[in-house]
Amino acid sequence: MNIQVIIPLLIFLIAIFAIGFIASKQMSSGGGFLQEYFLGGRELGGFVLAMTMVATYGSASSFLGGPGTAYTVGFGWILLAMTQVVTGYFVLLILGKKFAILARKYNAVTMIDFLKARYNSPAVAILSAIAIIIFLFSAMTAQWVGGGRLIESLTGLQYTTALFIFAISVLVYVVIGGFRAVALTDAVQGAIMVVGTLILLIGVIIAGGGVPAIMQDLLNENPRLVTPFGADGSLSAAYVSSFWILVGVGVVGLPQMAVRAMSYKSSRAMHRALVIGTIVTGFIMLNMHLIGVFARPVMPGIDVGDKVIPLIALEVLPPWLAGIVLAAPMAAIMSTVDSLLLLVSSAIVKDVYLNFIKPEATEKRVKQISFGVTGILGIIVFLLALQPPDLLIFLNLFAFGGLEAAFIWPIVLGLYWKYGNKHGAILSMITGMASYIAIHFYNAEYGNLLGVHTVTIPVVLSLLAYIIGSLAIQRKAFRF
Amino acid sequence: MPANKKASQHYKPDPRFKIAHREALIGVALAIFNFIWWYGFAYGLGSRPPEEYTYILGLPDWFFYSCVIGFILMSALVIVITKFVLKEVPLDADPYADLYNEAKEESPKL
Repeated sequence: MNIQVIIPLLIFLIAIFAIGFIASKQMSSGGGFLQEYFLGGRELGGFVLAMTMVATYGSASSFLGGPGTAYTVGFGWILLAMTQVVTGYFVLLILGKKFAILARKYNAVTMIDFLKARYNSPAVAILSAIAIIIFLFSAMTAQWVGGGRLIESLTGLQYTTALFIFAISVLVYVVIGGFRAVALTDAVQGAIMVVGTLILLIGVIIAGGGVPAIMQDLLNENPRLVTPFGADGSLSAAYVSSFWILVGVGVVGLPQMAVRAMSYKSSRAMHRALVIGTIVTGFIMLNMHLIGVFARPVMPGIDVGDKVIPLIALEVLPPWLAGIVLAAPMAAIMSTVDSLLLLVSSAIVKDVYLNFIKPEATEKRVKQISFGVTGILGIIVFLLALQPPDLLIFLNLFAFGGLEAAFIWPIVLGLYWKYGNKHGAILSMITGMASYIAIHFYNAEYGNLLGVHTVTIPVVLSLLAYIIGSLAIQRKAFRF
Repeated sequence: MPANKKASQHYKPDPRFKIAHREALIGVALAIFNFIWWYGFAYGLGSRPPEEYTYILGLPDWFFYSCVIGFILMSALVIVITKFVLKEVPLDADPYADLYNEAKEESPKL
């Protein structure tokens, strides 16, 4: 591997390191350690808020997997990816000011704090904590494997060494800097994604001889590549539309997004984040997936989808520029992993330890526990990522869709429907998660039920469960 | 949760929530509009045989309208709405505290 490619990557890692370190110095003493460490003292401005939402959400799948699939499937997959533009405004507008106001009123530091206060139920809290710890822990480990593999393929280092470099870079700033470091590094990583995808898109278009020429090549190869229905005509409108739930509106139910919606400083910051988030999400998704499709005529015959972006970058760009561009998928993975690490840590420290084990712990003790848990979690993830157990890969399958189906209604209806209560919430979480796993197996065996993505039916079922559970038992209006 | 009928007559919700509820509905409306635009152009124009597609800036017309224009339009809408429709409200200070003192008793301390 070319040394010119490695140098920009190295500079990137050092820069991230430095930012995390500076952020940790900024940790103020006011407002309490927990708020500061897990929520950045609720002081995020608009730009950082938008970037940390986009970056947390845009993971290895959108940067390596997504373009790789677009390479095989064609324009139909870009259409599917563009359903994500909605997340840019939807999450913040739906959770919105009410969530931010209530989170402050309840003094909530985590999403679970909010649920616990809203439903006045330890059962809701413990059930959510278990779901978050199990599923997001698995998701995080899977992403670490992705990060290690990416470094491995870019530098030619051994997987273990690559993973070690990745682990150290993430762990240090998350452990010492907490949420503020995560959000600030996310902002830088988000900016790298924007610039990186733009450079690469331009490079690919030039290498392909302009957009019309590329389009002609695609048409000559297989006209279906430029239709919405995929290279083999199998992408149905219903299936693609169901991604509006999985990667669009359903994202409201993801704990790592919800916690960001309580971290901003003011409503002005939220307004700015709406605009920036929408534009940045759309821009990155459009560029990234166009690159995938345009890469096809430029570099035919790539078998492994995840390698499309690294290979095309090395093909069409000078090495030093390829290095800068390839920092983008690395940034995407890191910014997802750091958020998940801190979230799982907060679930253990705040939602389990402080709620159920030792509520009277002193500030100093909480501090030690927080650093300790985050660090130990990171080390466990590293060890597991060396040789991921099958169970973990299995759990990862349910992490996003399953959590969405479990949490979307307890959060959204908990905010806006006064008759929502703990019975509805518990029933909804169990129904969402269980039906997601059941339908996953059904779909794997017999093809997609009703022709839509696995997440669709559980989201509907968990809505029904929430309404029935809330109205059937103890019908009472809640006062916010 | 003591929520008998008599108490609920005294209960006035935080006036900021009215704004919040309106803005959440705007979010839903935006998403529905976004979906219709996206779906309409993609499958309305895209269902023709590929030989009949026209190309705008080199991109197939259905894709250009659905995804490129759709994205630009949504961004513009979000800008206009945040500028002229969304309201700024204080988030932490409790400017209307006395209005819902009663409700406060219910929210457990964390």
